[in-house]
Amino acid sequence: MIGLTHYLMLSSILFSLGVLGVLLRRNLLIIFMSIELMLNSVNLAWVSIANFSNRLDGQIFVFFVITVAAAEAAVGLALIISIFRLKPTTHIDELNQLKG
Amino acid sequence: MALEVILFWICSVTSVVAALFVILHRNPILSALALLASLFAVAGLFITLQAPFLAAIQILIYAGAVMVLFIFVIMLLNLQKDPERFAPQGVPVTLRFALGLWVFIGLSIPILWTAFTWAMPPTPGAYSVSHLAELLFDQYLLPFELTSFLLLVAMVGGVVLAKKS
Amino acid sequence: MDFIDFTILAIKIMVVMGALLNAVPILVWVERRGSAFIQDRLGPNRVGPMGLLQPVADVIKFIFKEDPIPCHVHRFLFPIAPLFSLIPASIIFAAIPFGDTLEIWGRTITLQIADIHIGILYVLAVGSLGIYGVLIAGWSSNNKYSILGALRSSSQMISYEIALGASLIGPLLVYGTFSLNEIVHLQAQSWGIFLQPLAFLIFFVSGFAESNRLPFDLPEGEAELVAGFHTEYGSMKFALFFMAEYIHIVTIAALNTTLFWGGWQLIPGMVSLANVLGISTYPHSVGLALLKVAAFTLKTTFFTLIFIWVRWTLPRFRYDQLMMLGWKILIPAAFINIGATAVLLYIGWL
Repeated sequence: MIGLTHYLMLSSILFSLGVLGVLLRRNLLIIFMSIELMLNSVNLAWVSIANFSNRLDGQIFVFFVITVAAAEAAVGLALIISIFRLKPTTHIDELNQLKG
Repeated sequence: MALEVILFWICSVTSVVAALFVILHRNPILSALALLASLFAVAGLFITLQAPFLAAIQILIYAGAVMVLFIFVIMLLNLQKDPERFAPQGVPVTLRFALGLWVFIGLSIPILWTAFTWAMPPTPGAYSVSHLAELLFDQYLLPFELTSFLLLVAMVGGVVLAKKS
Repeated sequence: MDFIDFTILAIKIMVVMGALLNAVPILVWVERRGSAFIQDRLGPNRVGPMGLLQPVADVIKFIFKEDPIPCHVHRFLFPIAPLFSLIPASIIFAAIPFGDTLEIWGRTITLQIADIHIGILYVLAVGSLGIYGVLIAGWSSNNKYSILGALRSSSQMISYEIALGASLIGPLLVYGTFSLNEIVHLQAQSWGIFLQPLAFLIFFVSGFAESNRLPFDLPEGEAELVAGFHTEYGSMKFALFFMAEYIHIVTIAALNTTLFWGGWQLIPGMVSLANVLGISTYPHSVGLALLKVAAFTLKTTFFTLIFIWVRWTLPRFRYDQLMMLGWKILIPAAFINIGATAVLLYIGWL
């Protein structure tokens, strides 16, 4: 019988995989994709709690999270494109001109 | 009942394996396709959680539009395979891995220790899209309007940032 | 779900997939002969009577021809890209009802593979996955023409997907349900075209753009881009893209009939024709069910023929004209339709 614990454990595994992706990888786009992975895992947590407490509020919040994630992806990718025009790299360690 | 269990295990294993592929593979386009597979698996999990509307919305928006945008940008920037994936400067790899592991342990301990009880027994198929709409336009009207404003701002911002001038 | 339900489902799936896959050679013949007559020439007439076995010759050629995988393509993505195109086009049909309920041996069978509560959303969601076939095919080919064709095609498909979805909100307001079976039931008195003519127009035009058919054919523009995103594909993989395009045409024609032209509702005059021919048409009989399936098939065939007719009649759009039509004309028209439908529903005219 699949209970709330299973779904929340899956959500935490996906979230920590997203965190590992942000920490370990050096490519801007892969970091961005890991952020989407984290948002996805949070959506899963919302919906599973909504199901097991028999209320619909969790699903409404997933609605908003998906919308905000789409808007953030659009703006973030536009930023990546304009950064790429300045310095043709997506390696995050080379984007250090504001340092010091 | 048994069908739900099988579906849960297939979808959860797919999503975890695909997430591992996203963070470990060299080629950005294959990572994007793996993220697509993970989003599909989570949509399957939404269906087992009595949220078919959200599953369709996830595939329509997340998998059908946001990931296409990602793949577009990867193609436009013509990203090739990453030669050195985990070559960070500064904090060493083991410390980063330990940080990620710490996040995982910090999340799992409360989940595993709490004995969850259902508030009420879940009634399958009780909620339909019209109930969702009633909540959305009645109680959550302000966030709804703010979200539409946010989308407008994001649209204008995206166009302005990516323009070539 | 016991064993017999399972077998009935399997038989329904086989019937639908068989019909879709068999429609492809028929459409190949119709396209080639039809285009020939439109262009005042003869077309294939050597293989079989009136060239009817031409598709058979085509299939034999596809099977026996060498299936090349060039050395510069991406080894994993190149072969699976046609699947990304074929699978979404085929599984949209799972939600489309092609007949009313049938009563055989005490069992009620709905002639629809899956009566999904969110039918229209499922159709839109799965339809939006067809973009990946084009993108992956173009990118994995490692070729200038392929990537240009892929980027053009996918930006065209995304733009018209918005118009497609927005045009469906009007019928949703009128029918009040997402389920396609219920929508067809609700068209018993008057078909959808009389309630939502503007939505039909926008949906029809966007359907052309979604399946990359002329006049929105720029991505495969033969004179300009060699062959666009399927330049490097030969023999069986090209045949898969070909099949995916024809199946997509049939699916969009089927969606048109389901949403706007009554689906399996009988064309006026069919019952009397059936009575003349001696087919019994009392309610819930096999005869009536088959008549309804025939009505659905006739309507879908009519729209498929219009797709083919338009291809050989209209010239191709230029890319900026195409984008202007999608963003500046169809999307505002769809929103005006939503507003007008809402107002008319409120004051009670619809």
